[in-house]
Amino acid sequence: MADLIFQRTPAMTDKITHYCPGCTHGVIHRLVGEVLDELGLRERTVGVAPVGCSVLSYNYFNVDFLEAAHGRAPAFATGLKRVRPDLIVFTYQGDGDLASIGGNEILHAANRGEKFTTIFVNNAIYGMTGGQMAPTTLPGQVTTTSPFGRKVEDVGWPIRESELLSTLRTPAYIARTTVHDSQGIIETKKAIKQAFEYQRDNICFSLVEVLSTCPTNWGMSPRASCEWVASDMVPYYKPGTYKTPETTK
Amino acid sequence: MKGNEAIGEAAIRAGAKNFFAYPITPQTEVSEYLVRRMPDVGGVFLQMESEIAAANALFGAASTGERVFTTSSSPGISLMSEAISYITAANLPVVIVNVCRAGPGLGGILPGQADYNLMTRGLGHGDFKVVVFAPSSVQESVELMMLAFELADKYRNPVTLLSDGMIGQMMEPVDFDNVKQPNPPDKSSWSTTGAKGRKPHLIRTLFLDPVDGERANRERAAKYAVIEANERRWETFNLDKPRKVALCAFGSIARVCNTAIDLLQKEGIEVGLFRPITLWPFPYPEMKKLAETTDMFLAVEMSNGQMVDDIRFAVEGKKPVHFYGRQGGQVPAPEEVVAEVKKLLGK
Repeated sequence: MADLIFQRTPAMTDKITHYCPGCTHGVIHRLVGEVLDELGLRERTVGVAPVGCSVLSYNYFNVDFLEAAHGRAPAFATGLKRVRPDLIVFTYQGDGDLASIGGNEILHAANRGEKFTTIFVNNAIYGMTGGQMAPTTLPGQVTTTSPFGRKVEDVGWPIRESELLSTLRTPAYIARTTVHDSQGIIETKKAIKQAFEYQRDNICFSLVEVLSTCPTNWGMSPRASCEWVASDMVPYYKPGTYKTPETTK
Repeated sequence: MKGNEAIGEAAIRAGAKNFFAYPITPQTEVSEYLVRRMPDVGGVFLQMESEIAAANALFGAASTGERVFTTSSSPGISLMSEAISYITAANLPVVIVNVCRAGPGLGGILPGQADYNLMTRGLGHGDFKVVVFAPSSVQESVELMMLAFELADKYRNPVTLLSDGMIGQMMEPVDFDNVKQPNPPDKSSWSTTGAKGRKPHLIRTLFLDPVDGERANRERAAKYAVIEANERRWETFNLDKPRKVALCAFGSIARVCNTAIDLLQKEGIEVGLFRPITLWPFPYPEMKKLAETTDMFLAVEMSNGQMVDDIRFAVEGKKPVHFYGRQGGQVPAPEEVVAEVKKLLGK
């Protein structure tokens, strides 16, 4: 008899994702699902899906879900959590959704200290619409709307959301991790678990920014994409814990 | 009680204890009333960062199955129209009050009715309708506010009140006790409250498959047909006999028209008033019937003429439809309406 050593975690559905080969959304989904199960939160969790590649993420989570308007997931989550504080609420948002059109919603939700969790997937590009420049696109990075490379003199520097949100006085848990290698995946799971624990214990707003790949729109192989995260994204978007409620002065 | 405060109290008495809003004149008194009142009933009051966020919070809050509402005024309603489209597409029950001011743009904070088309036609992208009530007094604001929650739940669709700066700011006696309020229906078959012991509930508006998308739209269209058949509300005044002129007005201007009718009666001129209480569904059949016994119609509005199109639509060209309007926050005086009627009658 073989021992069962690995299986689908109950918070995930038995479906094949629509994500491109080499995209790390699936890895991040899995980490969220594992954390919900390990903490025993699945049956009282409601997720809020963004607009972007992960708009269909509700197909892969075995929990109640809302599908938000572009960038508005933090407002949706605010309404949910304020009316039903007993629920565990998380938003799953990309960088176009969170850092551009939803910049105001995430800023004020964090500032009010809304007690939900945000999984912020930063792949430095708009994925679903076909690879346009995002607020997080790196200097010089080529996209369909920055075909000669992002010119910071013209469109400004990439927004570092974790640093920006950490300047708020309101206590929060804010961390940045990466999933381009196995060590990063382990760190990401720890951070996601910590984020949901802060929510479970009704302590603070929590956000984990995860550096992610987009091989299709970057025009790279899955392996080269992981290498590009390490060589280009990690130096600008430094992983680490940016804020904890304990360290808020 | 002040009109805006009465709206807030009516909502609480309808069991709506969740309010998300953003300050805007001339309706900010609703927030100022509710921030003190909500703690008494264990409710949620939250001032959001914008009308965009307030209306989107309403989506999240409504998905729990609890009764939720917001209030705003014209420019704020423009910002809310994004979320209202999503809320409608998701078949969520919410109540939204527009205390209309003069527009477009910032316009002015004085009363206006120029959001008629916005509310009845253009409250967001896509094919949808919202019920629009037009109260003409503080008491009627209370009654329609409470009915709004009942109909929102019944049809799983937004229900709105189009008030204006005059009704919102005026003080009148209010009787809450005689307004009946049935218990909210059970919403556990669709609300998102955690998938304990059941399959997950999903509230979405994206339909990539055109077959699914068309089905969702046709289901809504069928719902709208039921609302059009069952929820038309109107009132007539001095139209018990055939008249040469029927005035048509909604909200606060209907009261101006009532005074004008009294003034005309003193001069021996009998004129009636048709007052739609629901702007959508518009009482087309009733107005069409009225055209059989009326020589001409005069729409009086605080706009360049918006409801007048619905009257023309109802009358089908069988009788002349005239228009008199003021804009920019100017409220027509009864004497102006009297003069307009006399002009039409050649007197």
